[in-house]
Amino acid sequence: MCLAIPGKIKSISGHKAIIDYDGLEKEANVSLIDGQVDDYVIVHAGFAIEKLSKKDAAKTLKYFNNG
Amino acid sequence: MDKTTQQNINEIKNMAQQLDHVKLMELCGTHSQTIAKYNLKSLLPKNIELISGPGCPICVTDQQDIDIVIGLALNDIPIAIYGDALTLPGRQSTLEKAKQNGKNIFIVYSTEDALKLQKQYPKLVFFGIGFETTTPMTAWAIKQGLTVFSSHKLFPPAMETLLSNKDIQINGFINPGHVSAIIGSKIYNRFKFPQVITGFEPEDVIESIKLLIEMIINKNNKVINQYIRVVSEKGNQKALDLINEVFEIKDARWRGLGSIPLSGLKIKAKFKDNDAKFIYKDLITNIKKGFKPMENNCICGQILQGIKKSNDCPLFRKTCTPETPQGACMVSVEGACHINYKYS
Repeated sequence: MCLAIPGKIKSISGHKAIIDYDGLEKEANVSLIDGQVDDYVIVHAGFAIEKLSKKDAAKTLKYFNNG
Repeated sequence: MDKTTQQNINEIKNMAQQLDHVKLMELCGTHSQTIAKYNLKSLLPKNIELISGPGCPICVTDQQDIDIVIGLALNDIPIAIYGDALTLPGRQSTLEKAKQNGKNIFIVYSTEDALKLQKQYPKLVFFGIGFETTTPMTAWAIKQGLTVFSSHKLFPPAMETLLSNKDIQINGFINPGHVSAIIGSKIYNRFKFPQVITGFEPEDVIESIKLLIEMIINKNNKVINQYIRVVSEKGNQKALDLINEVFEIKDARWRGLGSIPLSGLKIKAKFKDNDAKFIYKDLITNIKKGFKPMENNCICGQILQGIKKSNDCPLFRKTCTPETPQGACMVSVEGACHINYKYS
């Protein structure tokens, strides 16, 4: 099940990060990426698997908001 | 629908006039969901057919692995699973029935959740199902001490098997999005076949269909990365390194596709103390001795290769429903039968 909504890293503590999905916050593991606060990421099964540029994240979020 | 997508649909319709029947296979269960949810098939010309492939991890999990894990549960070993696996039919029971009978079965969202549970249930075994998308998470957790029964699989060998089967005449692949985020786009160059890696929005899928039809017309056998916002050429090196550190590649059995050489992931001997297949070797041998033949007419194995459709199955919508699944394709929300039941 691939959840494709990008979230923004709000804070990082060790391998854990708080990810902000347009106001909804969830924890994710960031061991698989070199993530920093304010990076946009795709999370799969509780782990961030890839970073997105701000522009690409905005493009994906636009699809969601129109959907 | 945005202008670009409308334009893509018009182009698909125009180009389709030059073609006979075209079969495109989506290789990811989430793409199948997008296609069904937005009724994308209704937007396409009649001669462009979309078929679901073996991209639903639960669906392709070998029956023997399912029965062994159910057997472990019935022998009082606590089991952690991703939600989909709960109702997978086994020869004698399901994990759901085992849970109702008081066995410790836990649904987890991530391997981190499983690690937390392991503190309370030290004998806990996590049923590792999935392709390259979920394997790095399992590898990470094994390194943290999680015990795992690995059914993890590599995706490209399944594509190779589909391409070599002359009974399946597919003209193009819609490649998986998040598997590709891990393994990268370059790896698909070995298949001289029209392929598009795509995202999960309906706009993405429509664009990928347009690109595939263009390639088919121009006899262009290559891979186009439409999901460039997430998928790089080389993939996620950290995740790939973790997989290589913890797992070794071996042959594996897939529902429907049979045994595929070098398509499975076995936990390396270095981590054998976290490998349920090693820890419970004798118990698993005993569980296998108790196996009886599976008695039902489920054709999930043929459906996930695109050879048959859900409606061809005598069980579909009769005895087999999402509430009473008789086979793996109905169990998973990404399974072709579940999707067809829900949306058509």
